[in-house]
Amino acid sequence: MSRPLLLTCLALLGLVAASILVGAASMSPVQLLSDPEGLKLLLLSRLPRTAAAMLSGASMAVAGVIMQLLVRNRFVEPGTTGTVEAAMLGLLAVTMLAPGVPILGKMGISAGAALIGMAGFLALIRRLPPEEPLMVPLVGIIYSGIIGAGTTFIAYQADLLQYLGTWMNGEFSGVLAGRYELLWLAGLVAGLAYLFADRFTIAGLGETASIGLGLNYVQTLWIGMITVSVVTAMVVVTVGAVPFVGLVVPNIVARIMGDNLRASLPVMAGMGAGLVLASDVLGRIIRFPYEIPAGTIFGAVGAAVFLWLLLGPKPRAR
Amino acid sequence: MIAIRNLSHRIGGAPILTDVTLDLPKDGITAIIGPNGAGKSTLMGLMARLLPIQEGKVEVDGLCVTRTRTDLLAKRLAIVTQRVGVASRLRVGDLVGFGRWPHHHGRPRPEDHEAVERALEAFDLVELRDRFLDELSGGQNQRAFIAMGLAQETDWLLLDEPLNNLDMYHARALMARIHALSRAGGRSVVMVVHDINYAAAWADHVVALKDGRLADQGAPRDVLTAPKLSELFGMEIGVEEINGRPTVLHHA
Repeated sequence: MSRPLLLTCLALLGLVAASILVGAASMSPVQLLSDPEGLKLLLLSRLPRTAAAMLSGASMAVAGVIMQLLVRNRFVEPGTTGTVEAAMLGLLAVTMLAPGVPILGKMGISAGAALIGMAGFLALIRRLPPEEPLMVPLVGIIYSGIIGAGTTFIAYQADLLQYLGTWMNGEFSGVLAGRYELLWLAGLVAGLAYLFADRFTIAGLGETASIGLGLNYVQTLWIGMITVSVVTAMVVVTVGAVPFVGLVVPNIVARIMGDNLRASLPVMAGMGAGLVLASDVLGRIIRFPYEIPAGTIFGAVGAAVFLWLLLGPKPRAR
Repeated sequence: MIAIRNLSHRIGGAPILTDVTLDLPKDGITAIIGPNGAGKSTLMGLMARLLPIQEGKVEVDGLCVTRTRTDLLAKRLAIVTQRVGVASRLRVGDLVGFGRWPHHHGRPRPEDHEAVERALEAFDLVELRDRFLDELSGGQNQRAFIAMGLAQETDWLLLDEPLNNLDMYHARALMARIHALSRAGGRSVVMVVHDINYAAAWADHVVALKDGRLADQGAPRDVLTAPKLSELFGMEIGVEEINGRPTVLHHA
């Protein structure tokens, strides 16, 4: 096991313990395990909430790095390129037109919309000059702004604005057993991406290098896009997207470990899980017993970290 | 042999290649020369199935490049192109290792590791193996990508302007290495070269392109003559014989 992976796992263990112990109802570890009420709290709320934060963080980090390799640009993630907005638009459409559809169906439609949104973004940036890498995130922000504005307008007309808020800003206080299990599927999809780690890394070398190595580039592109769309939709549907996870985590890990996904993907997943869980625990502590959404905390810290990544010292050779 | 038949290519209506028919002989080094915009890179891209063929046909050792599966072709032919855009943050050793990917698809065997070691040594990259590509100079980057193509250990190695960014020492070392491969290793190399003197010194076969058409081909001695080169590049070019090889004086 590599050192970064070991450290990530250790940090995760600590955070899981904290997440189980911290909450509005104060319970000692003994109470949680022995007292029937405590056990109920543990199984119905604390454990599901911990799992939800970790699963969404891990899968969004994975989705972020896959997108960065496919686009060949470090400054993109589903939340800044219209994929999250497209997923919300799909979810809004099915909420308005066919509210009776079961959650899995809603997720499917949302994922389909996310896929179309991402394909549109990829088609758009193909036309950008490759020597201007900063154009890509800028176009992404404009593109996501347009889809987001359309979605907001429709939601406003239909009086569904409050839904958008919950889909856009990840929040875990409402997570209970029975309401978050879709996230295990997101985690599974992100885990399956590991099977394609080499392919995504090669795709990150560009289309010509990929073809030269005999990679089925188009197929790899689709596998990546479907992974990103499904993960995004599931997270949006269940807890709401946590902004910047897909951007910050892969950037930090790539600085240390590089772009070889076979080595770095587990660390990225672990760090994504850990940082989102940490944000959630912090959100529970800062205004105890009230809560601040994890998405808000991560958004504030993540934006600062992202600025540092952009403007801070360049990574040096070892 | 790479057999090119009636190959034409257009980009946005503009003809890039027009009716090129050409046989690239197996074994040895073939240098493709010609002025900017002659269609050299496009020809390489079509041969290596990087671009879809619009008109005509290319066969690599009898395999049609459009109909043969891309992963099978990757075991016959490797290409190193000119790169644009941002570099990946891969370690040099990992990048060269991906040259073996067509052979093992994720499960490297001992012979794959050996091939990587050989390629790293051939290009002076052993000490750089743990460095990230985005922390290297342009020339070091170039060598790493060529080493990846070399590690692929294919019958054909296509290099699009491999000497770009290389200093004299590494340019000559690269040519010597390729030359040795084409002799002892039985590999065939096709390369786009801008500095005609490298073609004169090392190539066994020269192909000249101009305005998307085949201008001339043959042994260096026959193609690299003062009248032909002056015509090809549209300027006065003198050619002297030094040490029994044509030497092109185009600098002044």
